[in-house]
Amino acid sequence: MTGVILTFIITLVIAFPLGKYIAKVFQGERTFTDFLNPVERFIYRICGIDPHKEMNWKQHMAALLSINLVWLIYAFFILLFQSHLPLNPDGNPDMTPDLAFNTAISFLVNCNLQHYSGESGLTYFSQLFVITFLQFVSAATGVAAVAVLFKAFAEKTTEKLGNFFVFFTKTITRILLPLSIIMAIILVFNGTPASFDGKDSIVTVQGDSVQVSRGPAAGMIAIKHLGTNGGGWYGANSAHPLENPNYFTNTVEIVAQVILPMALIFAFGFFIRRRKLGYVIFGVMTAGMLTLMIPNLISEISGNPVLGHMGLKDITAMEGKEVRIGVPASAYWQVMTTIISTGSVNSMHDSSMPLSGAMQMLGMMTNCFYGGKGVGLLNYFIFLIIAVFISGLMVGRTPEFMGRKVEAREMKIAAIIALFHPFLVLVGTALSAYFAAHHPQIAWSVQPSAWLNNPSNHGFSEMLYEYTSSSANNGSGFEGLADNNIFWNISTGIVMILGRFIPIIGPVAIAGILAKKKYIPESAGTLQTDTATFGIMTYAVIMIVAALAFFPALTLGPIAEYFQSF
Amino acid sequence: MKKYIWPSIKLTLFMVLVLAVLYPSLIAAVSKVAPGQGKGKTVAVNGKVVGYENVGQRFTEDKYFNGRPSAVNYNAAGSGGSNKAASNTDYQKTVQERIDTFLAHNPGVKKEDIPAELVTASGSGLDPDISPAAALIQVKRVAAVRHLSETKLMTLVSDHTERPLMGIAGPSKVNVLKLNLALDTLK
Repeated sequence: MTGVILTFIITLVIAFPLGKYIAKVFQGERTFTDFLNPVERFIYRICGIDPHKEMNWKQHMAALLSINLVWLIYAFFILLFQSHLPLNPDGNPDMTPDLAFNTAISFLVNCNLQHYSGESGLTYFSQLFVITFLQFVSAATGVAAVAVLFKAFAEKTTEKLGNFFVFFTKTITRILLPLSIIMAIILVFNGTPASFDGKDSIVTVQGDSVQVSRGPAAGMIAIKHLGTNGGGWYGANSAHPLENPNYFTNTVEIVAQVILPMALIFAFGFFIRRRKLGYVIFGVMTAGMLTLMIPNLISEISGNPVLGHMGLKDITAMEGKEVRIGVPASAYWQVMTTIISTGSVNSMHDSSMPLSGAMQMLGMMTNCFYGGKGVGLLNYFIFLIIAVFISGLMVGRTPEFMGRKVEAREMKIAAIIALFHPFLVLVGTALSAYFAAHHPQIAWSVQPSAWLNNPSNHGFSEMLYEYTSSSANNGSGFEGLADNNIFWNISTGIVMILGRFIPIIGPVAIAGILAKKKYIPESAGTLQTDTATFGIMTYAVIMIVAALAFFPALTLGPIAEYFQSF
Repeated sequence: MKKYIWPSIKLTLFMVLVLAVLYPSLIAAVSKVAPGQGKGKTVAVNGKVVGYENVGQRFTEDKYFNGRPSAVNYNAAGSGGSNKAASNTDYQKTVQERIDTFLAHNPGVKKEDIPAELVTASGSGLDPDISPAAALIQVKRVAAVRHLSETKLMTLVSDHTERPLMGIAGPSKVNVLKLNLALDTLK
């Protein structure tokens, strides 16, 4: 437990100054990384980008979607033909079209759902040119999108919201790449492989012939956490002893995935010169985190009662966990990785206790406690607008946020976005549950009767978790699910891409529309949004929307499992 | 959207060069001076590599300290956990079998004293460690098979116990491979 508390403190100590730095980078103020200026000017020149040309919100979204389209096509075709490309020492095969579709989308949208295992499903070429590359650029896309929000509320009335390509490039050159280099070097010195050698064959002490997968993994593992991506180099992700060799690297990896989402909240406060609003948002998110973290820690640390029934005194819940990491650090990771949309795992969530599973799913259902890179704050912004509207109605005033009236058009967008996530999750789960229950023997390559690794309510949870993770762009899974087949590859692929771009476009549109409106100076009648009262209001809105939409599904899954089994 | 496509393609090509070529090459170059030269830290006996320090391997014989159950049978070509839920009755049967097997191989051990990690599969299937308690409970068996004194083995286990980070953070653990190699050299 000491380790867990220390980890959180270290995260906070790094995130705060980092937030200040990020705000300065986007404001164009002087920072110690200004030696990169010529590099960035060179990039803009050869790519034909005019860094001084500012965009409105629609142009931002057009640029964002254009470059994402390029990446999608690029990634899909590399995966489809990877066995014919270089750097394939293990002789791994091409991906099937449906798996390539799923994987290309998954990494494009920062989700990193993996329906393959890295050791056998990818070549070193695709690990680097598709996976690592997309992990950087998808994270930078999220940050560039949230930078629009920063711009929109920093000025009084404006249409000019900065340049997408500039935000994107600076996120990579000034934030993600330097941090990744530092972290990859730390990992390398703790035993994570980074060379291009293929699998090694050895004869063990007991005389077994086994192979050991290796590869240039360290760099990818660094950005997988810093970019809140989460897709592992190896199948077991950060439970793998080469991907996460010891307790120290475990701490580095869990700190790395939380610092940037947290820093962006502080950066928002600094950027719009309303630090207090930043602190209130941070407070609400931390309260939300604790709401899920505390039950999860209790549920995991109290152990697995089934072992007790079998007559063991030590009932530590070690199924799916690693000795060097231990239960508290695994439980802490389970919640952090689900609330911030990383989705990397250092223990198998499928084998965690039922109530922990519920907390992990709630983390992805709310999806805005710190949240993913950039998108966490965008999701939170939606709930904030709804809270402004409801509070406005309660006190009988025109709802206002930061000196702009919130009117019908913005509210419609906010409501659609808030309902869109439950829509994707519940429709997907209902559809798959229908096939599993009513057409178990349907003539597909993998029949629905073979999908689930666990029976009954927990089997339902496996499907619910998969769609929640896809729509929240999280990427973790109840990995017992047999998901590499046409049904799951296509359906989660569609859910992932919708679950990415709609919730980016919505809040950016609201911010753009609000930024254009006439600025009304604050008066005594203005609803204060940087107070604890308003913070509690936002918290309540998040909990009510998430609980109301998802509670019935959770009841059928982990909650029923808990009451039936223990 | 059309006017953004061309800059997008050029920016993509540039970033591929930086992020997929230069960045991993830099890390690979740095790894040459790291322990294991970036290929993973190997352990050799008489010049022959018998394993990777961080990658668990199968130890099931009675003369060795046994590691944890593995869902991938310790073949590090892949990795993964069982993904079984605690509520799954098939899974409960598997755990029961492991308990019975352990008791059969370790006469004199009371069922209630078996550490949970010895009857549950790890997340990676390649867990290289066990807890000190899980090593100590096997001392009696190993000592009997090898005709060594139990105190000597207990000292060996304690010598190979790695303490928590800075003394406070994380669990204590014993690397099974290193422990067993030291055991083989013991007279």
